[in-house]
Amino acid sequence: MLNRLAGILLLTGFACIVILPLLLVVFTAFKTTPEFYRNPIGLPAAWSLEHLVALFKEQPMWRYFGNSLIVTAATVLLELLLAGMIAYGIIRLGGRGSRLLFALFAAGLMVPSQVNMIPIYQFVRSLGLMNSLSGLVVVSVSVLLPLSVFMLSGFMRTLPKEILEAGEIDGAGEWRLMLQIALPLSAPYLAAVSAFLFIIVWNDMLFPMLMLTGKENMTLPIALLQFRGEYVTDYPMLLTGVMVASLPVIILFVLLQRYFIAGTLAGALKG
Amino acid sequence: MRRRRPLILFFLPGLVLYLAVFVYPTLSGLYYSFTDWDGLSPSHRFVGLDNYLRLAEHIVFQKALVNNLKFMAAVVFCQTILSLVLALYLQRSTHVNAALRSLYFIPAILSSVSVGFIWTFIYDPSFGMLNNLLESAGLSSWSRNWLGDAGIAIYAVAGVQAWAHIGQMVILFVAGLQAIPADLLESAKLDGGTRWQVFRHVTWPLLAPAAALVVSYTTIQSFKAFDLVFTMTGGGPNYSTEILSTFIYGTAFSSFKFGFAAAASCVFLLLIAVITFLQFKALRTERVTY
Repeated sequence: MLNRLAGILLLTGFACIVILPLLLVVFTAFKTTPEFYRNPIGLPAAWSLEHLVALFKEQPMWRYFGNSLIVTAATVLLELLLAGMIAYGIIRLGGRGSRLLFALFAAGLMVPSQVNMIPIYQFVRSLGLMNSLSGLVVVSVSVLLPLSVFMLSGFMRTLPKEILEAGEIDGAGEWRLMLQIALPLSAPYLAAVSAFLFIIVWNDMLFPMLMLTGKENMTLPIALLQFRGEYVTDYPMLLTGVMVASLPVIILFVLLQRYFIAGTLAGALKG
Repeated sequence: MRRRRPLILFFLPGLVLYLAVFVYPTLSGLYYSFTDWDGLSPSHRFVGLDNYLRLAEHIVFQKALVNNLKFMAAVVFCQTILSLVLALYLQRSTHVNAALRSLYFIPAILSSVSVGFIWTFIYDPSFGMLNNLLESAGLSSWSRNWLGDAGIAIYAVAGVQAWAHIGQMVILFVAGLQAIPADLLESAKLDGGTRWQVFRHVTWPLLAPAAALVVSYTTIQSFKAFDLVFTMTGGGPNYSTEILSTFIYGTAFSSFKFGFAAAASCVFLLLIAVITFLQFKALRTERVTY
């Protein structure tokens, strides 16, 4: 009984620690500036759209949103395609060559972006890919290859070999085997990996910050960072930005949560 | 052999990209670490081990190293214990439990810039929710400038890092708990074990692989942290939250000492390799089966 009570207290307590900061964002975003200074926490007396309207008027929010969408969609799709092909190649090749290739990609798992931000930045600059969305996609896809190859080849290894062999006997080439057997069989796992990659790319800060210098090319997180320069400690404005930038992901999460959760499990198990 | 030919085409595009945009720059970083390059001028000098020797004596670098360890220890401790305890109460798959697990997960899907802004606001000494709540609870002596106090700023950020990732770790622990055969727990209870005894002698040994996974994931994740520190404190006040990644960033992109920053990156990588290796060794020795 005591244990039950402790459990309920703990669970509700932590639920509050999660919800209160999020509610605070919403409350602050809908307060007028004078009210914010009078009453920085707590419910707004009258819900005001002042900051929301101002944000969309002063900032090309739709543009940022579109940039984020383009970069994320292109990166995740290309990543699945390239990593899927490599993973399929690894399980089909077999033997020494396959182990070597796998090790080459797995070694990249040890090198986080924080370590190679300098040389990658220099490389991108020497290629003239700075301040370009496609340049960012190229970098993001490459940086995520070790993780994706690791996850996808780990999963494809569990596919029953007999099915692929049966397809082979029926005369299917490698491309057909991959497109019509290996990938469809991996579909639920691919969905989880996509959700996992989506979160990483949509929220990515380091390379977008280094590469996207022009306002017209900024993704949402980078635009937010830049707001701090413009609005300094104008918290209602900053938190309106946070709210607008976070809403799409929260909605997506509510709709597709089991993929996000499966993706986390898959991603963490890489270790 | 003929069958294998098309397989090369499966590797080729990804491999070329990986070698060009990931492997080559990483290796060139190793090369830069032996030069005095400023990142802009066309030429640079080879300076041998100079950068590394200077790093060993660099006070801010040493401070960053210590801060990295402090940050890592605080995050691993809070995040692991809290997520384990929460998972123990959430392991049964009821509707309420599933809803709570999803709720706890939400901070993990927000961008670190958003999380950083939210908590900078909460920690704000004059408008922040934290000081406001402490004052209403009659604890005004506890209120302070959370991110401006050199003694606690790093722990204040570590708390936010844990806040953002506990939900993910709960998921990992719940998966580990659900993998424990129910009849084992049942028979331990029938044998008259107390709740603690059952946990200590049955649940915990079987949960060890999941716990090891959470700890190793969190260790690396917190050791390479960057986003939150960069957004919330930028390394300040007085370098009290400077960690290796922000040190590298500042050295390269504010002071334009690319060679020097590249050397710091190589040390950073070496440390990550050492941590990974130690974990690998530790993980191999503890596996229990019943």
